[in-house]
Amino acid sequence: MLRDILVIAISAIFIENFVLVKFLGICPFLGVSKKIQTAMGMGMAVTFVMAMASALTWCINHFILQPCGLDYLQTIAFILVIAALVQLVEMFLQKMLPGLYNALGIYLPLITTNCAVLGVALLNIQNEFNLIKSIVYGASAALGFTLAIVLFAGVREHLEFSEIPEALKGFPIALITAGLISIAFLGFSGLQI
Amino acid sequence: MRKAFINGLITENPTFVQLLGMCPLLAVTTSVANAIGMGLSATVVLMCSNVAISLIRRFIPDKIRIASFVVVIAGFVTLVDLMLKAYLPALSQSLGIFIPLIVVNCIILARAEAFASKNNVLNSAFDGLGMGLGFTLGLLTLASVREIIGNGTFLGFPLFGQSYRPAIMAILPPGGFILLGLILGTVNAVKARRKKNA
Repeated sequence: MLRDILVIAISAIFIENFVLVKFLGICPFLGVSKKIQTAMGMGMAVTFVMAMASALTWCINHFILQPCGLDYLQTIAFILVIAALVQLVEMFLQKMLPGLYNALGIYLPLITTNCAVLGVALLNIQNEFNLIKSIVYGASAALGFTLAIVLFAGVREHLEFSEIPEALKGFPIALITAGLISIAFLGFSGLQI
Repeated sequence: MRKAFINGLITENPTFVQLLGMCPLLAVTTSVANAIGMGLSATVVLMCSNVAISLIRRFIPDKIRIASFVVVIAGFVTLVDLMLKAYLPALSQSLGIFIPLIVVNCIILARAEAFASKNNVLNSAFDGLGMGLGFTLGLLTLASVREIIGNGTFLGFPLFGQSYRPAIMAILPPGGFILLGLILGTVNAVKARRKKNA
């Protein structure tokens, strides 16, 4: 059991990194990665939402949808749960950490439409994980997201001061940088565990 | 009507101009067939949700409009998902979780909020069609480049002779990022040159 959990965690963080290998959560990855600090905050908020969402959606699927034969309502049910959860995090941050709340700006409510969150809920069910494995998978996938976004923010802080061809400024160079980081993560794909 | 259509397809192309919907754009463009499947599914959802939201726009309370939009969209996505599973199981298999993930495609919610909730049904339908096809165009462009370079084929037909050694990197994740960056760079360069000439 412990071995299984370790395998799930390591492969979700490094080998099958959500952002760089699975292409989930690209919007916040490109949007909130201009400074390391905000990237870190975003990563933490997403980690909390994803771990909670994994647990909640698993329970809903297992105790409500499946016994009633309502599997086809998965997408609708999950997105509503996630939206409510994000609202909660938003209210919490507004009250407790107003600085971070302002820095994250529009991207905070947009965690709802972060495909990594709905993605992890659907993947938990597709992989037939149990409750503990689901939470571990959700949390470690989010840690992988945090790792990627913080690394990327570090590179982008330096990009600010470098000379970039006019046409590539802004979005295109960010994508090319992400591609180069992704090559680094490709190195993990041969890892046997 | 025509304006709404052209607007989505070219002037405000969701992929090249608005930079929305990046996740499916990068994830499913490993082959042209996948890109077409994804693009058309998203177009259907976009049109249906635009029409439905435009129809009920007067009854939705302002405060919970986003939640209502999401439920409408999720309903249509479930519909498309089940249809694909029934009639095109192979495509459904290869697109995987990216079909249910159309729900969180920013393009669809953005059009619901910015257009369908303020315009009449006919215009909303054409806006959905234009934006959907614009997204398909974006998918198709990236997928063509990736499939031709990375596999040496187009829609599965080999383009080059036996001696062609495909650069697999183009199909792997990094290739998606880098090629999309280069395509957007090209679009920017063309736009800048046009502005200079005009």
